[in-house]
Amino acid sequence: MALRVEHELHERRRGKNLGMLGLLVGFIALVFGLTVVKVLNLPDIRQMERFDHVARPALEPGAIDAARERAAEADAAATAEQGQ
Amino acid sequence: MTDLTQQPALQREAQFGDYFELLKPRVMSLVVFTALVGLLVAPGPVHPFIGFVAILCIAVGGGASGALNMWWDADIDSVMKRTRNRPIPSGRVSGDEALALGLALSGFSVILLGLAANWIAAGLLAFTIFFYVVVYSMWLKRSTPQNIVIGGAAGAFPPMIGWAVATGGVSLESVLMFALIFMWTPPHFWALALFVKSDYGDARVPMLTETHGRTTTRAHILGYTACLVPVAVGLAFTPIGGPVYLAVSVVLNGWFLKAAWEVFRRSDADSDADNHAAEKRAFKVSLSYLFLHFGALLVEAVLRAAGLGGW
Repeated sequence: MALRVEHELHERRRGKNLGMLGLLVGFIALVFGLTVVKVLNLPDIRQMERFDHVARPALEPGAIDAARERAAEADAAATAEQGQ
Repeated sequence: MTDLTQQPALQREAQFGDYFELLKPRVMSLVVFTALVGLLVAPGPVHPFIGFVAILCIAVGGGASGALNMWWDADIDSVMKRTRNRPIPSGRVSGDEALALGLALSGFSVILLGLAANWIAAGLLAFTIFFYVVVYSMWLKRSTPQNIVIGGAAGAFPPMIGWAVATGGVSLESVLMFALIFMWTPPHFWALALFVKSDYGDARVPMLTETHGRTTTRAHILGYTACLVPVAVGLAFTPIGGPVYLAVSVVLNGWFLKAAWEVFRRSDADSDADNHAAEKRAFKVSLSYLFLHFGALLVEAVLRAAGLGGW
């Protein structure tokens, strides 16, 4: 028995199936191309990190400054304690 | 209106080309051209790939509305000689398949355009599809001889969408490009109706030729062509116009007015005697008229880019 049995339907629908294949490949190329263009045209490449559904405190506006201020306050408090 | 019981039995397996034909490729070419001009003449750069995807979306959206129009009009398409061989009346594709294809491609094109470009352009595309399918095909086409006048708006939107892709909005220039196609559509289609008159009558589509007679239609062609002149020439004095466009527009408007005048002053006997030569000429002139107007806008854009165009 042949390993691949060609049904009459395969021949009849060949054109339609190849057309669908072309459309799907085209769609993938379209979405891939759009993604590349959109990402490369971001004003700040770090913005793309916003789209991975993970909270990143470092990217929140003012978060880094606030963290630095807290660190400076902690340092100042530690220095004051050592002085006493 | 589509009556499922009257749909012909499918004759053979539908091929890929049959589905493509549902998208009215010839109409799509005009949509692509005018949308591309709208995008290219607009101020502000557009990334070439984004521009390509946007034009593709506009073309697919236009094609989707064509498929939905064929689904709705399958009954009258089977009556008219010009449309009898379309995929649904000829039994190559079922009405349900055309409906599914039209709806799927409508959603696909609008959403992808919104994601690729902006949601103003996507909203205009969605409204265009709605206008062509619901307002024109379902409502106006079979109920009023003004169907062509108001329904022509659907075909006038593409340059406005192209402009919105580049600018994210609507402005005087894009409204005038819309108005140019909007005012051009009635004389273009009425000239066609004058030499395929029996078809629309058989399908009971209330074309002006059937409801008000051919003499009135001739007067309407001349009247609308005269109203088209200030719109077309006025575009020359906007930032996307210039001396080249003005010169081309003046010549084309004179040519189109002359063709419309020839149609107006003829009797039906004259028309029948030479197999509607003047009407066919006016129809051909109208095709060149639109193509060359948008071509001139494109030339102005190229000249401007080279520091030569504009006022």
